[in-house]
Amino acid sequence: MSLREIHLTVNGEARTATVENRLLLVHCIRENLGLTGTHVGCETSHCGACTIHVEGTPVKSCTMFAVQADGKSITTVEGLAGPDGISPVQEGFWEEHGLQCGFCTPGMMMTATALVRVEEEPSEAEIREAISGNLCRCTGYVNIVRAIQFAHRKIHSPAPVPVMAHEGGE
Amino acid sequence: MVTTRTTPEVGGMGHSPRRKEDPRFIQGKGNYIEDIKLPGMLWMDIVRSPYAHARIVSIDASKALAIPGVLAVITGKDLEKYGLHWMPTLMSDTQMVLPTDTVKYQAQEVCAVIATERYIAADAIQAVEVEYEELPVVVDPFKAMEPGATLVRPDKGKDTNHIWHWEVGDPDATDAILKASDLVVKQDVYIPRIHVASIETCGCVASFDKVEGKLTVWMTTQAPHAIRTVLALVAGHVGLSEERIRVISPDIGGGFGGKVPVYPGYVIAIAASVLIGKPVKWIEDRMENLQADSFARDYHTTAELGVNRDGTLTALRVKTLADHGYADSAANPSKFPAGLYHICTGSYDLKGAHVEVDGVYTNKPPGGVAYRCSFRVTEAVHTIERMVDIAAHEIGMDPAALRMKNFIEEDQFPYKSVLGWEYDSGNYHAALRKAMDIIGYEDLRKEQLEKRAKGELMGIGISSFTEIVGAGPSRDFDILGIKMFDSAEIRVHPTGKAIARFGTKSQGQGHETTYAQIVAEELGIPMSQVQVEEGDTDTAPYGLGTYASRSTPTAGAAAAMAARKIRDKARKIAAYLLEADEEDLEWEPGKFSVRGNPDAVKTIQEIAFAAYTNHPQGMEAGLEATHYYDPPNLTYPFGSYICVVDIDKGTGQVTIRRFVAIDDCGNIINPKIVEGQVHGGLTMGLAPSLYEEISYDEAGNCLGGSFVDYLVPTAVESPHWETGHTITPSPHHPIGAKGVGESPTVGAPPAIANAVVDALWHLGVRHIDIPMTPARVWKVLRDHGVEG
Amino acid sequence: MIPAAFDYLAPASLDEAIDLLARHGPDAKILSGGMSLIPAMKIRLAEPAVIVDINGIPDFEYLREEGGQLHIGAMTRESAFEQSGLVRHGYPILFETAKVIADPLVRNRATIGGNIAHADPANDHPATMLAVGATIVARGPNGTREIAADDFFNGFFSTALEDGEMVTEIRVPAPTARTGSTYLKFERKVGDYAIAAVAVNLEVDEAGHCTSARIGLTNVSDVPMRARNAESALIGHAVNAKSIEAASREAAAECDPKADLRGPVEYKRDLVRVLAGRAIGRAVARAQGRTH
Repeated sequence: MSLREIHLTVNGEARTATVENRLLLVHCIRENLGLTGTHVGCETSHCGACTIHVEGTPVKSCTMFAVQADGKSITTVEGLAGPDGISPVQEGFWEEHGLQCGFCTPGMMMTATALVRVEEEPSEAEIREAISGNLCRCTGYVNIVRAIQFAHRKIHSPAPVPVMAHEGGE
Repeated sequence: MVTTRTTPEVGGMGHSPRRKEDPRFIQGKGNYIEDIKLPGMLWMDIVRSPYAHARIVSIDASKALAIPGVLAVITGKDLEKYGLHWMPTLMSDTQMVLPTDTVKYQAQEVCAVIATERYIAADAIQAVEVEYEELPVVVDPFKAMEPGATLVRPDKGKDTNHIWHWEVGDPDATDAILKASDLVVKQDVYIPRIHVASIETCGCVASFDKVEGKLTVWMTTQAPHAIRTVLALVAGHVGLSEERIRVISPDIGGGFGGKVPVYPGYVIAIAASVLIGKPVKWIEDRMENLQADSFARDYHTTAELGVNRDGTLTALRVKTLADHGYADSAANPSKFPAGLYHICTGSYDLKGAHVEVDGVYTNKPPGGVAYRCSFRVTEAVHTIERMVDIAAHEIGMDPAALRMKNFIEEDQFPYKSVLGWEYDSGNYHAALRKAMDIIGYEDLRKEQLEKRAKGELMGIGISSFTEIVGAGPSRDFDILGIKMFDSAEIRVHPTGKAIARFGTKSQGQGHETTYAQIVAEELGIPMSQVQVEEGDTDTAPYGLGTYASRSTPTAGAAAAMAARKIRDKARKIAAYLLEADEEDLEWEPGKFSVRGNPDAVKTIQEIAFAAYTNHPQGMEAGLEATHYYDPPNLTYPFGSYICVVDIDKGTGQVTIRRFVAIDDCGNIINPKIVEGQVHGGLTMGLAPSLYEEISYDEAGNCLGGSFVDYLVPTAVESPHWETGHTITPSPHHPIGAKGVGESPTVGAPPAIANAVVDALWHLGVRHIDIPMTPARVWKVLRDHGVEG
Repeated sequence: MIPAAFDYLAPASLDEAIDLLARHGPDAKILSGGMSLIPAMKIRLAEPAVIVDINGIPDFEYLREEGGQLHIGAMTRESAFEQSGLVRHGYPILFETAKVIADPLVRNRATIGGNIAHADPANDHPATMLAVGATIVARGPNGTREIAADDFFNGFFSTALEDGEMVTEIRVPAPTARTGSTYLKFERKVGDYAIAAVAVNLEVDEAGHCTSARIGLTNVSDVPMRARNAESALIGHAVNAKSIEAASREAAAECDPKADLRGPVEYKRDLVRVLAGRAIGRAVARAQGRTH
């Protein structure tokens, strides 16, 4: 078994890992780097629970080898919060009840984080298409859409975020 | 309207505070089974059968054992030495842990590899050489019931694949009513085999401490206490004693019923840890999860519903063949082999009903567990709601009007159904009317006629379901003999903060928030200051766990009852502190005051402090209580759903244009969480309606055994659900709540199926089985002369 | 589900990649986006001894117009097609094809070169490449050569690439003012492989006659295929409901689908008819400038 050393920037921090060629990036993150917020839900690249950013782009870390991330900068859910606290996306998921069991949530938030960078607010249909590589079994997605809308408004709208009406919660 | 009695800061019932569990989940700090890592931990992986029925000629592990890092290959013969090669199911059936001679379904465990690392274990299972001799396979449950069929379970000593027959109701009276009815509509309805497919698969870390003789198992289980007892009963003969077994259910990435059973992998990992003396981790992958873990549904039903020309529904007769695969591994209350299927008279005041169910073995994975539903209620509701729609169409009556005419009336509650259930409360007319108003039902019917005139296919489907949850009263409900109570233990600390522990286990339902809100409601302690814990059998009070929408009806009630015990003691302390008679004290959330003297007040925090520092002489110190709640009855949530679909004549695609869901789950603890539960349940109701199915070819090969073909809906397939509610409190539940998590999964499929058939009825279409895939709908269209 | 062990080589240039492929022969497998290869390795359908990762080769991802053609670097990610204004407005069929491949996260890694070289008849680009008459540029130990898309796909998961050759560029002719094209896919759920899909690229003259037509079909044959009879039913004819109907029936007749979980043969054939009719209609409307 040949091992090699890889160097990567993980959530802004320089890290080194000694890995087998075949080690999947998600296992490197979870086992070698000890960041267990990134999850595995399938082996066919469908569920998106393993979504992270590589050089700012959301990808499925179960479908990359760790050696491919050598020299790259990656961001995981543990890197979303900043010095001022949780990110607008994290706050949106919390505020809008965009998660239940929490297992798909890190991946879903990583996809959402890339989506809300775009200045123009995406339509509901665009949000739904953008998160179609992330499966959620608990929420029925309505509140995930709301969470992303919340985050987008918080980032891009100068006005304070209005309290949103919910059909179910009079 | 949801009303509140507490301030937002206290956050009792009716408030929607941000969930207490979320900070860890949104920051990647959840602690799921795969996150558990122990020093010296070994990995287990499982060799599985490629055949649905085969004799194991030989297992040659030598090449696997030659791989550096491989410590052991465990076979059924190894487990047989310890009497651990078989285990009971929760339905008192038996199933193999590992086979000693034959495998009975594809993906069955054949043997297990223990290695120092996951990747090495994965290599090793490839290196194990198993020689099989294929045996005849029976996949179709009807063929399995024929004389001379291949026997799936010769170990049962019976010359048949028939497992059990169960029936309820009066066959003669039902027959007489049906014969006297103007019309009897009859329909075969198949509810296909599906899988909960929680995004987290199953797994465990078993750690046996040889010195202490103590086994700790972290496990993805919805019922940790029951599992502990089962382990003690199964492995008592090898020295595992219940006080030395600790089951810890960490954060669970979705359960939905699939994490109730004990799977062979858990038992093998435990056996391996005991034998090797090191922690052993087993995490199944998605394909194992879909192909080998307990399935749901698989009910083949023939139903007959009597109806008179004036629209009166009369009686229901149902015959069902329940395909249980290799073993009856359902998790039903033991008295009810078909679960609560006899809720199948639904929301209607029927005068007669007779239900027969026969369980049958086939060469398919074992099961019969829930898919986010309370013990076969989905099958029941699908049957009655389809039949009611067929009856309405047959007599030319609007399906909404027919439902309104036959609903159990508000003043009939508590209502005793002809099959013996006592419905606690309901207002079915109000829920349906509300749904019709929101969706604009009458206008939609006009639009449908206009569209039909133009050759366009649009359908409107209704489902007015009655759920039955909260199992259950000890007189009728047990699993393996353990009564289905649930529990809460609340301790109020000297500074007025509290910890509350429960026998249930959240898998995303938000117990840490809602239980805290119940305690806040009852004691006035802010919910933010109530720590909720579940899932550790060493610390939590005994309970039967979370499934079948039972947590709020049982443990939620226990929380209220335990809090009231605390309040009773607090009243005594307050009376002592205020030098007043207990009878003169008035309670409002968070404080006692003396009637007529509003300045004479003691807050719960002051009382709590006194309970440890200045309690009355002769009274026990402390402020805590435990309650084991034995519900007097089940609760009966209900709702009315209306779905509008458009059908593409060319492709057969069904598009849900709108879906309005009105739910009534009694009093609401947290509106936002209830709404979230409804959203999620609706998508899990959509899934088997249009997308998901696990089927088998004639050789017993699993089709749809990965996410390539098991089509879990994404945000694109899932509509923008429109939700709302009515509130009809449960009269017997301490806080008037009923449970909600499964209602939408139960109620949605018939609304969707009814909408599709409604769009096609004028063409002569009476019924389409779910999932109504494009290919299936296309076939129906072309068979009925529709060109696209 | 864990891949088997392999040697990992990451060439820094095309020359180096070609050398490595020559050296390791059939033991080597090229890793581009990895979106088909890595899942296959995880379930051990593929166990290559050597992985040649071409992600580190510079200047391999580009979309640029040159000499009346769109030149596409083989490592261009599917998401780049979605984000490119040039593609979106100038080559809508490429936009529409990329947009329906798998899901957005997969498209951030998946490459057009991989999609084509893998030659899965269920992949989406092959039918489109047939329809637009693309040229596939391949490079191997003997240099560079151009292969017409028509000649590229020659069997089940099989292409005209020689041992040691790799796809380096795809060239798509720029549409004329009278060209209309579209890719129309029908799937069980978003991100799935097509039950069937139809790529149409045609020209309509001022008199309303079809002057050229190329139609590609996805996942209804062992090899990505052109619906030549359907094309013939259009070329030289006035485009109207009748000729479109005739062409779509030809497409249904000449495809060769297999029954699977997506549906029976009859369904897939009929779906080809339905989709072909709609796609041709849309392409004609675009050719006539009525829609975009």
